[in-house]
Parts: sequence; C-alpha cells; structure tokens
Amino acid sequence: MALQEKYQALVDAANAAGVANLAVREQDGVLYIDGDAPNGAVKDQLWDVYNQIDPNYASGDLVLNVNATAEAGSQVRVVTKESNLNIRKGPGTDQPIVGKAAKDEIITLINRSNDLWWSVRTKDGEEGYAYAQYLEPVS
Amino acid sequence: MKRILAIVAIVAFSFALPSCKGKSDAELKTAAEAAIQANPDLSGVIIEVKDGVATISGEVKDPAAQAAAETAVKEVKGIKSISNETTVAPPPPPVNITPDDPLTTAVKDAIKDHPTVSATVTDGVVTLTGEISKADLKTLMQKVQATKPKKVESGGLTVK
Repeated sequence: MALQEKYQALVDAANAAGVANLAVREQDGVLYIDGDAPNGAVKDQLWDVYNQIDPNYASGDLVLNVNATAEAGSQVRVVTKESNLNIRKGPGTDQPIVGKAAKDEIITLINRSNDLWWSVRTKDGEEGYAYAQYLEPVS
Repeated sequence: MKRILAIVAIVAFSFALPSCKGKSDAELKTAAEAAIQANPDLSGVIIEVKDGVATISGEVKDPAAQAAAETAVKEVKGIKSISNETTVAPPPPPVNITPDDPLTTAVKDAIKDHPTVSATVTDGVVTLTGEISKADLKTLMQKVQATKPKKVESGGLTVK
C-alpha cells in the first residue's frame, strides 16, 4: 500500500477533477491508475501532479492511464505539438497515410473501438485512423 | 426496624436507578458513530441502535475493516450486542496489461514522433533509452503509458 500513499495526491486530484471510472490498483510493485478524464486539461493537470511526486516520471512504479474520452460522433481537436496529424488507413504507423489534419483542427470522431487509434473524419471528408493521444474532446 | 430498612432500600434504589437506566438508543447511535469516525476506512458504515442492540451495515473495503467497525462499536458503553451486516466492496477490475506482440507495435507507434528515443519490450516492461527534451517528456510518457504496459523503465532515458 506504500505506493498508494506515495501517489495519494494524484488520486485525490483525479477525484477532485471529476475523473470517472477511476480505478487504483497495486500489483507487483507498480501502481495502476485508470480512468476517464472529462477533458484534456484535467489529464495534463494530473500528469503535472505525477511529475511533482515523481520527477521526470523516472521511478517506473506508476502506470497512469487517465485519458480524455469523447463520444462517438462528437467533435475532437487535434492537439499535436506543431505538425499535422496523419490520418491512416488502419490503426498503426505502418498503415498508409490517407489524409492529414492540421494542429488545432476540429475533426469528427467516428468511433474509438481501438483505445490507441480512433476512427475519424476530417471536414474534407477524409476517413481513417488517427493516434488518440493527439486528439481531445472539444469542451 | 423493617420499615426503616425498607425505606433505606427504596432510597438506595432510587439513587441507583439513574446509573442503571443507561443511555438512550439515540445517544448510543451518536456515540457509536463518533467511534467509527476516527477510522477513515469506515466512512461507509451505517449504524442503527434499537434497545441497545447495534446493527452496522454499509460497504467497506476489506474484512479487516468489517472487524474494525465491529470492534469500534463494541467499545461503546451501553451497546449490548452487535449485528454486523457490513459488506466488503468487490475487488477493482484486474490490471489490463497488453501482451508483448501488440505492445511492441503500440510502443513503436508511441515513440514514432520522438526519433531520439528507442524502446524495447520484454514481458510487458517497456524500457526507454536515448534522450528527450524536458518539454517532450510528458507527451512521450503519456503515449507510452497509454499502451497499457506492465511497467515503464525510463532510467536509461536522458532528459535534457
């Protein structure tokens, strides 16, 4: 239970920020925190708390998987650092690129049957898979 | 003499009476609630008292907390007995760890935009090496941890 104590401030912050389906488990010396964040800002805030407790995320004793979720059919924003987001034929970077979405562009989420690759449609009508970590719900 | 004794007995009895009477159920409930409040693990426990018999219910995290609730209430003076109807919360869902093959693919995707970082996957453990700027570290770690690994070893990663 020592890890739960170490990261208690993170769990408290997740609760306070309204993270849904929050699950905290400790297994083989690693703490796993999962949940659904209401938006990308909450996710980033939790990662900042994580970095305060464990500078540079260096200890390897936490797997934080609290992501901003979006409903199928809703609008999502492209949150790449600066580059365009590739839209691919299938879920994987080995898949051919079928389109691109600019940083901050708003595109439509078709479904998120795959955790890491969401199926999306750009406003030009291009459909394909985009890396979910570069998308966040428009709130 | 008998009369005097009887009066003494009555007087003695009437003095003894208040201490025999004890606390009301409502007072016992308040005292029992105060007793469990001291333990944060027992925040979900509900107490009812009827004729000095306490019934405790609600959900707690484990059997130890069930026992602790019972012990705490038992220590309240005036509680005759306890019916422990608390339940233990179901265990959280098991940790979902991605098997090595899909994990290797997912990690490759996760580090694609960070060409100075390399990763290996062994038994669910992702080991990151190379170097990364402080500004990109959070994004990298968010992407790598989202692949649902068993663990992320980043001790070999130089943060610049």
